[in-house]
Amino acid sequence: MNRFDYVRPATFAEAIAAASEPGAAYLAGGTNLLDLMKGGIVRPGRLVDVSRLPGLGAIEWLADGGVRIGALVRNSDLAHDSEFARRFPAVAEALLSGASAQLRNMATVGGNLLQRTRCAHFYDVAGACNKRAPGAGCEARGGEARNAAVLGWSEHCIATHPSDFCVALVALDAVVEIAGQGGEYQVPLEDFHRLPGETPGQESVLEPGELIIAVRLPAQAASFSRHARYLKIRDRTSFAFAVASAAAALRIEQGAIAAARIALGGVAPKPWRARLAERALIGVGPDRTHFDRAAEAALADARPSGDNAFKIELARRIVARALALAAAGTPARLPALPGSPFSPVAGVLHV
Amino acid sequence: MSEIVLSATPAHLRHGSNIGQPLTRRDGILKVTGGARFAADNHPPGMLYAVLAVSSVARGRVAALDVAAAKAHPGIVEIMTSANKPPLALDPDAKTNPFMRRLELLQNDRVRYANQPIAVVIAETLEAATEGAALLSPRYEEEAPRVRLDAAESFVPPAVGVGHPSEAEIGDVETGLAGSLRRIEATYETPTQFHNPMEPHAIVAAWDGDALTVDTPSQGLAMAQARIAELFGIPAENVLVRSPFLGGGFGCKGLFTGPQVLGIMAARLVGRPVKLVLRREQMFGPVGHRAPTQQTLRLGTDADGALLGLSHHTRTASSTFDDFFEPASDVSHTLYASPAIRTSYEAVRLDTGTPTFMRAPGEASGSIALESAIDEMAEACGMDPLAFRLRNYAELEPISGKPFSSKALRACYAEGAERFGWKARPLRPREMRDASGLLVGWGVGTATFPALMFQGQARAVIRKDGTGIVETGAQDMGQGAWTALAQIAADGLGLSMEQMEFRSGASNLPDAGIAGGSAHTATAGMAVAGAGADAIAKLAALATGDERSALFGAGNAGVIARDGRLFRRDDESRSESYADILNRAALAEIEGRGSSAADPIAQANYAMHAHGAVFAEVKVDPELGQIRVTRLVGAFAAGRIINPRLVRSQYYGGMIWGVSFALHEHGEIDPRSGRPMNPNLGEYHVPVNADIPSIEAILVAEEDRHVNALGIKGVGEIAITGTAGAVANAVWHATGRRIRRFPITLERLTEPAPR
Repeated sequence: MNRFDYVRPATFAEAIAAASEPGAAYLAGGTNLLDLMKGGIVRPGRLVDVSRLPGLGAIEWLADGGVRIGALVRNSDLAHDSEFARRFPAVAEALLSGASAQLRNMATVGGNLLQRTRCAHFYDVAGACNKRAPGAGCEARGGEARNAAVLGWSEHCIATHPSDFCVALVALDAVVEIAGQGGEYQVPLEDFHRLPGETPGQESVLEPGELIIAVRLPAQAASFSRHARYLKIRDRTSFAFAVASAAAALRIEQGAIAAARIALGGVAPKPWRARLAERALIGVGPDRTHFDRAAEAALADARPSGDNAFKIELARRIVARALALAAAGTPARLPALPGSPFSPVAGVLHV
Repeated sequence: MSEIVLSATPAHLRHGSNIGQPLTRRDGILKVTGGARFAADNHPPGMLYAVLAVSSVARGRVAALDVAAAKAHPGIVEIMTSANKPPLALDPDAKTNPFMRRLELLQNDRVRYANQPIAVVIAETLEAATEGAALLSPRYEEEAPRVRLDAAESFVPPAVGVGHPSEAEIGDVETGLAGSLRRIEATYETPTQFHNPMEPHAIVAAWDGDALTVDTPSQGLAMAQARIAELFGIPAENVLVRSPFLGGGFGCKGLFTGPQVLGIMAARLVGRPVKLVLRREQMFGPVGHRAPTQQTLRLGTDADGALLGLSHHTRTASSTFDDFFEPASDVSHTLYASPAIRTSYEAVRLDTGTPTFMRAPGEASGSIALESAIDEMAEACGMDPLAFRLRNYAELEPISGKPFSSKALRACYAEGAERFGWKARPLRPREMRDASGLLVGWGVGTATFPALMFQGQARAVIRKDGTGIVETGAQDMGQGAWTALAQIAADGLGLSMEQMEFRSGASNLPDAGIAGGSAHTATAGMAVAGAGADAIAKLAALATGDERSALFGAGNAGVIARDGRLFRRDDESRSESYADILNRAALAEIEGRGSSAADPIAQANYAMHAHGAVFAEVKVDPELGQIRVTRLVGAFAAGRIINPRLVRSQYYGGMIWGVSFALHEHGEIDPRSGRPMNPNLGEYHVPVNADIPSIEAILVAEEDRHVNALGIKGVGEIAITGTAGAVANAVWHATGRRIRRFPITLERLTEPAPR
């Protein structure tokens, strides 16, 4: 391992100053960064350990009914907060569908937003990757593209964002609070991650030194709590990244859909909000025909980035299924296999 | 062995004799309390850390290494390259018997596969050595790698596995197929798979002059000792290999590997003890793998579903420089009766590391293809798959024509089917759904694995305090050898487990043979039993020949050894303790020796195999294609069971690996670079707990008078076979889709059917 500085700032200001230096990286749970360092994929010259910074570890209920989640809240603590899970069940389900219990106990909310792709070529340090080494080329093009994007990708990068959590968050209009040298500001999660374009190494709007301090969900997000699910298709029943996933949330009033929220995971360089699909559902009945139509809209712009055309049809089916599950109602208890098609559901879902 | 000391009284009770009792692992407490010392846990004084630098190209040569930059890094002690490596007494590319690997020991600048060691960095700390390896920044002259089965011209290998003929035949398959009323032909593909024991290959090597002590996991201590001795040109007795525990072996720790030798060379070079542990990604290349296969099965039957011809052809691969050809077709030699059977092979040479034994080598990859083809044939005949298997049950081993030494396969089918509820299975696919509407399918597969034996030795001692010692250089790789062999040893000496010390896991003990081929319990067990019997015979001679003994004159009647006493066989009221016999004879101890080997006469006359039947239930999401195994029932007959608890665990492990084979494992190799693209346990998938909801293993009673005197067949590998095919067949039954490329993945189930 290369030598690096390790600093543990006591205040935001110290942290931001320390992390503004070139080559610095924030360390929180370390579930992603340490692996990347051991593999030589990233080689920060300085780790700024924010895991002990005060004031970032709370789940705060806001007066307007929203929630503010400190950046250092652990994934497991958030998912198992009963009030949080009651108001935002799809977010809890997404959290619990990810990684393993041990990883969820370490991983933080802020770090989850910044986790790096699982594209095999990003990890293959002997090969070319524009994300790792800008301008080097993309060996995922023409290579192993099963896990690559079908939406939002560019010729320079076809990697996907691997988060489950972010998919549910972006569907529910989460907002990211950021502190930097110029003070604090906020940005919708939907605008937080950048598409690769010609600069796939720049994955978010964060400038050097900027620190995620919290993620907020608006009060309105809780209005979907009766019809909100996360569905994740993967190569084994647990402890695998999504081949494709979807969060779906509905507000159903008098038998018709009053509001819909849909986002996809595992298919794009960022958690992918499907607004056109949402609009297609307003005012219609919660039935399979409309869900299929919405799914078509969600994937309308999709195109394969390699030998992964199957993901487009698969993602359509996942969106339709997630909507059907949401329409069927949020289960009273989170299923034992969160996000899994093998969680038993009441009534026959498949025909 | 002396290093292994039980930290507490085992938490089990003994009922009657030891053999057959479900004792818990004797090493269990050591392992769960961290007291078991694995190879890499050793830190002799002055030890340095070595890290391999490995090639990132698969074919070519190393043009440059920046040794100066690496050496300048703080903490680096030495960089071992082809320029300064210590001399060896034997060419690493020499191969004098099939039980050895040609090794990459920095003999030149050639690169033969990705992840081949090209230098060793030795440093004061692991971190410094790791960074030093990165700083070497190798430059290569690269040639286009060949890594796929279609990348090279094929040839017929002279032998497959270890010395198996690459063609075998009975009858005329073409005539049999031509005369068949129904025929199927199908090609199945299995991927490259990499062994991934939790413990990677590791070695701690310490030289003392020309004597060497190594701590390293090994499935064959005596073979490792001999290999090291010949490579370094020192007497075997100068080499002590200690391997009390292995964190899994699965075949990749059978033949001594290059990285282990490099650790010893590094210690030689720097004159200090050295530890070298492979990183997980370095397990994907230099220590063996299961080669990919393409298997073409052609089957034909008469109107009643009786096979008239069975042809099993395998295309597989070895490396460019060594021979190991996955013997996948051989499984068709033994399982199903047919008047005409032909097995054949072709192979290519690829720019990969050399494949090796991987749990059920040949049988695992061959079985998934054969069991799938048998199911396809049953379907073509409109027959229930189990009925079809029974219709073609082999009463004699088909190609050899020998009777089986024992074969309780009918009982396995019956007991497994009963427990599983097989008779409720609809014949046609896609007819079962669960309450959620998920597709449900049931499949069956037949399991088989040969009952092998190697040569082994053991020593037994009875001491004048009445306690015993039994020694054999066996290997506990998690399977429980240390417990099962001790059970045999205790019975052999007529002692309880507590009265006897069982020493194992070091090369200075009698050679217990290799822990492979599912033959370890039979091989080492027979040696251990023989040593005990020899010691008891000597003790009995002392007593029966001594007028002062209660057993005087019992020589003809014979004696029984039990609970530390000898009893007159025809009058158990007359007995004497071991201690009394030895004390009266003024002997401190009495020693017995035992050895074991397969009986050539029995082998010539009988086919010897373990058998089993595995029943699988899967659920498949009809739209999304995700698959889950929901129920597995295996019934296995493997002769005498020494410890049913441990054997059941072995079956569970094998069955889980069968699920892995059918649905998960797949080494992804980029054809452009030749590099493994998923060399980690995050992306090289094996099942997790949620993939294995319910699993049952039934131990079917079987007595075998021919395999060996103890009647032991071996259980280490059989349960992969059968299971993989059962899962694949269940997926077909659930979906109506026959996937012939493994592992079965969700997109293969959801993509449009090829027309």
